[in-house]
This record gives sequence, structure tokens and C-alpha cells, in this order.
Amino acid sequence: MTSPQKTRTRDRPSRPGTAPADGRAPARPAMRGRRRLGKAARRVMLNVAGLLVAAVTLLPILWMVSTAFKPEKEIFSLTPHLLPAHPTLANFGSVMSGKVIGISYWTFFRNSLIVTVTSVVLASLISLLAAVAVARFRFRFRTSYLIMLLIVQMLPQQALVIALFLDFRSLNLLDSLTGLIIVYTSFALPISIWMLRNFVATVPKELEEAAAIDGAGPARIFWRILFPLVAPGLVATSVFSFIFAWNEFIFALTFLGLDQQKYTLPIYVNYFFGRGGAAWGSIMAASITYTIPPVLFFVLVQRRMRGGLFAGAVKG
Amino acid sequence: MPYLLLLPSVIAIGLVLVWPTIQIGLLSFQIYGLPQVSGAQPSQWVGLSNYAAVLRDPEFWLSLRISLIFAAVVVILTLTTGTLVGLLLNRLGGKMAAFVSTAALLAWATPAVTASVIFFWLFDPDGGVVDWTLSKLPHWLVGSTNWAGFNWTTSALPAYTLLTLILVWQGFPFVAVSVLAGLKTIPAELHEAARVDGAGPWRVFWRITYPLLKPIFLVLLLLSVIWDFGVFTQAYLITGALGNRDEYNLGIYAYAKAFQLPPSYGLGAALAVILTIILLIITVGYVRASVRQGATA
Repeated sequence: MTSPQKTRTRDRPSRPGTAPADGRAPARPAMRGRRRLGKAARRVMLNVAGLLVAAVTLLPILWMVSTAFKPEKEIFSLTPHLLPAHPTLANFGSVMSGKVIGISYWTFFRNSLIVTVTSVVLASLISLLAAVAVARFRFRFRTSYLIMLLIVQMLPQQALVIALFLDFRSLNLLDSLTGLIIVYTSFALPISIWMLRNFVATVPKELEEAAAIDGAGPARIFWRILFPLVAPGLVATSVFSFIFAWNEFIFALTFLGLDQQKYTLPIYVNYFFGRGGAAWGSIMAASITYTIPPVLFFVLVQRRMRGGLFAGAVKG
Repeated sequence: MPYLLLLPSVIAIGLVLVWPTIQIGLLSFQIYGLPQVSGAQPSQWVGLSNYAAVLRDPEFWLSLRISLIFAAVVVILTLTTGTLVGLLLNRLGGKMAAFVSTAALLAWATPAVTASVIFFWLFDPDGGVVDWTLSKLPHWLVGSTNWAGFNWTTSALPAYTLLTLILVWQGFPFVAVSVLAGLKTIPAELHEAARVDGAGPWRVFWRITYPLLKPIFLVLLLLSVIWDFGVFTQAYLITGALGNRDEYNLGIYAYAKAFQLPPSYGLGAALAVILTIILLIITVGYVRASVRQGATA
């Protein structure tokens, strides 16, 4: 019973001190000790720096969350506290019911959802077709087309919005979700095509050729072979389009004028924010609910995020 | 066959991105305001007079200067912070690195509107926590300004300081993650060899890390310049929805000229063309950097 304990205690004396295990004689113990200390100190310093970076980065988000759960008295307290002393859901309640501006949060949520989901589906379909063309065929203007995508993606929205406003005005597409869907779909295309192109290129051509020999038509090859294999890539690019459409500000701001029933969430938050009256608890509650979907999707595809933004620069 | 597959994307991009760009060019040579929109008057071709008016306008030069200085400051700070955090992430242990990069991911994922609203509230003169903190700190540290109730958004310098913080906060994670991904491709022996030869961290970075990651830094630099020079949403929200004329950057100025009553789409278009040309020059650099890496192969 006691023998294992005994052996352990007997082993112990050799461990601390000048570990002879590495074969070298304990020649300069002072120097070794200092080096080990330096290493430990450096690790502590690195970890402190890490904590500091994380704290500074998280502070604004923490403050948003904590404000949203604070009752009004605490929000304007003369000595602000990081955490609410009496957390409350009242701010969320007044946002959901639309107590502050007369329209419920869900109206704007629905608008944003319609615009975003429709443009994501359309953009995915269109860019998949284009990606197949670029990845599977060699044709004239192929390089020009790819370069055109890179350039077009950099056009400033503040410039385009002037012309598109006038166009959509004459087409009666202002104050409508359809107008936004058209814009968001088109703007999502360049990055989507760039990203999807790499996914399509990784599907071995032999699979398709084998299916063709077996007598499958192009539509069948596409749906049965290419589509399932490219699906993960499609999910990643969809998240990109989703985040773009969900966050987009300038077109929605310009196209959606006085008809508040049509506002998407960012315009609603801006309107809420611009009204003054300092309803910070409610504004933060609205901001949190607006921010959760893109953050969730972001976490979902964080690895691909960099790849997509680098689409033009690094071969995937 | 390939052309048929490309057709939908070409139509969509052509109609919503390319054609409006051409229209902006055409509009910039016209007088185009409410009478023309309603059809009461035909549009009037005026040659280069919109451009002449813009170049004579001191507000244009002010907005251009704000855009240039702001972009330079934000790009330098974002790249420096991002690179330092990337280097740090590379040396941290697994759990700590995951924690720091999750925090960075949250900042990165926060939409522009949310980030602006949060920082506006943090820096609010009535009840904002930053003014409160600054007012509690000793004068020798924070200067003799009366920080209690200090308004950050009503004049250009504080407003753009606040905007700089927002954009660095949102922008550094992308740089950090990109630099980290690049660092993982550098064989550890290279750094070790340099360290054994007695090179300090500063020397190791400039002699080994930087040259090897140069392509990544080039792309990060160009993308940051494009994003920060053309920033709209955050600037619009922080500078008070077009309310403060001396706080316009170039993009906001173009937008305000075009849409503020009475709208002057021609002048706005001329400004938009200038903005687009500046950004396209940077973009050409970006495309060339990409093509050189064989990305269009």
C-alpha cells in the first residue's frame, strides 16, 4: 500500500536543483537560472500583453452589452460602473414593442431578412455559373473578365449611389426592397465569383468527364456532381454576401427616404441614434440584436474570411 | 458555353456597377439638379465647369486634406497595431492566442453602424465613460482640458481622432490574422538561426519577417488605403449626418453636394469622379500586385 508513495518520495530529491538529466554538467548554474527566469518573465509579459489587447478590444463591446441591460438611472449615473447593478430587460422590451419610435423592431428585422436572404440566394446562383465558366473553360477575355471583377469591386459606393439613385428614381425602385436586392446582389458578385472560382477549380475534372461518358447531360453533371462538391464553398461565399447585405448602409440610407416601414436594420439604428433624446439603453439593445447575426456567421467562417478579402491577392 | 454562364453576372455587374460609373462621368459635365430630374428643364452640358467650380471651392481642398491625412494616420496605425498583435499571437500559447483572436474577431465582425454608435456613446459628453475617466485622471497626464462634458464630435480634430480609434479597432484584426497566417509559413529555423547569431527582435523583423511577408504587407497596405480613404458610414454617423461642413471628408462632401437640398448631382458627380480616380490609381497598384502573384492564372 505504502510502497508507491515511498518510491515517489525517494525519487524526488533528484528533480529540483541541477537536473543532470540533460547530460551536461551543471557548469554555470547562475547563468542557467537567469536564462530560465528570463524565459518565464518573457512568457508572463507576453500573456499580460495578450490580456491587455483582448481587454482593450472587448471593452467597447462589453460597454454596449452592459448599457443595454442597465436601467436608465444607472446609465446616467455620475460614477459609471462596468456591470449593471440591477440588470433589466426593459430596454429590449421597448425596442421589440417599438415603444420609442412607434414601429416594432420586427418590421425592420423582416425587411433586412428579406433583402439579405434574397440577394444572397441570387448572388450565389449567378456567381456559381460564372465561377464554373472561369474555372472550367479557357476563352478570350477570361483574364480581362477577372481583372474587371477586381477593379469593379473597388469602385466607391459614394460615387455609384448618385447615378443609381437617379436611375432607380426613374424606374420607381426607390423606397422599395426590390431596389436594394438588385444592388446587393450585384455588389456581392465580384468577391463571390473570385472565391467560388477556387472551389470549382478543386473539383477534379475527371469526375465530370466520367459522368459525361456514362451519358449524363450537362445539367445532370452540374446538379449531381459539381454542386454537392462545391456546396461548402457556396456556404462560405454566401456568408460573405450575407454580411455585406446585412451591414450595407449608404444605399439603404439614400434609397429609403421617409417611409420608415421600409427601413432595414442599419437605417433603423441610425434613425434611432439620430433622433437624439439619448435613449442609450434602447439604442444599445437595438444594436446588439442587429449585430448578433453577422457576428455568428463571422465566427462560422472565420478561416475563410481572410481568404475572401485576399481573394485577389493570394491564390487559394 | 462559357459566355452563356457568364451572361447573368455580366448583365448584373454591367447595369449596377459599370453603367452607373459611366453615368457619373457624363453627369459630371452637366448641370443636373431638381429641374432636370423632374423634367421641367433639359439637362445642360457645361463642359468642365463643374470641375472648375470644385477646384475653386475651399471646402473641396479641406475635405481632400482631411481624407488624405486621415487615411495616412489610420493606415499606419492599423498596420502597426495589426502587425504587433499578429506577432504577439504567434508567440502566445494556444489558449491565450485563441482568447485574443476571439476578441479581435468580435471587433472585426461588428458592423460599421454598430461600431460607430458604440464609440459615440463611449465618447458622449453626457454620461460617456471616456470623458468621465479623463476627468478623473491627473492633469499632468491628460492635459489641462476640462474633459468633463468634452464634446468629441463638434469639431474636426476630436471627431477624426474618434474615427481613427473606430477604424483601427475594426481594422487591426484583419491585419493581425493575415500577418499571423503569413508567419506560420515562415520556417521556425530561420528565426532561430537569426536569434542564435545575436539578432534582436527588431532586426529579425526587418531582416527576415518583413521581406518574406512583403507581398502580404503590400496587399494589406493597398486595401487599407482604399478602405480608409473612402470611409463613409462611420464618418457619416460620427460627424453628425452631414451636419458639420468643416468635418467632411471627400466621400461625404461628394455625397452632401449631390443630395443635400438643393441637390446638385452634376457637382456631386464631378467630386465622385475625382474620388473614383484617386481610388482607381491605388486599385491599379493592387491589381498589379495580385497579377504578379499569378492570381489570375
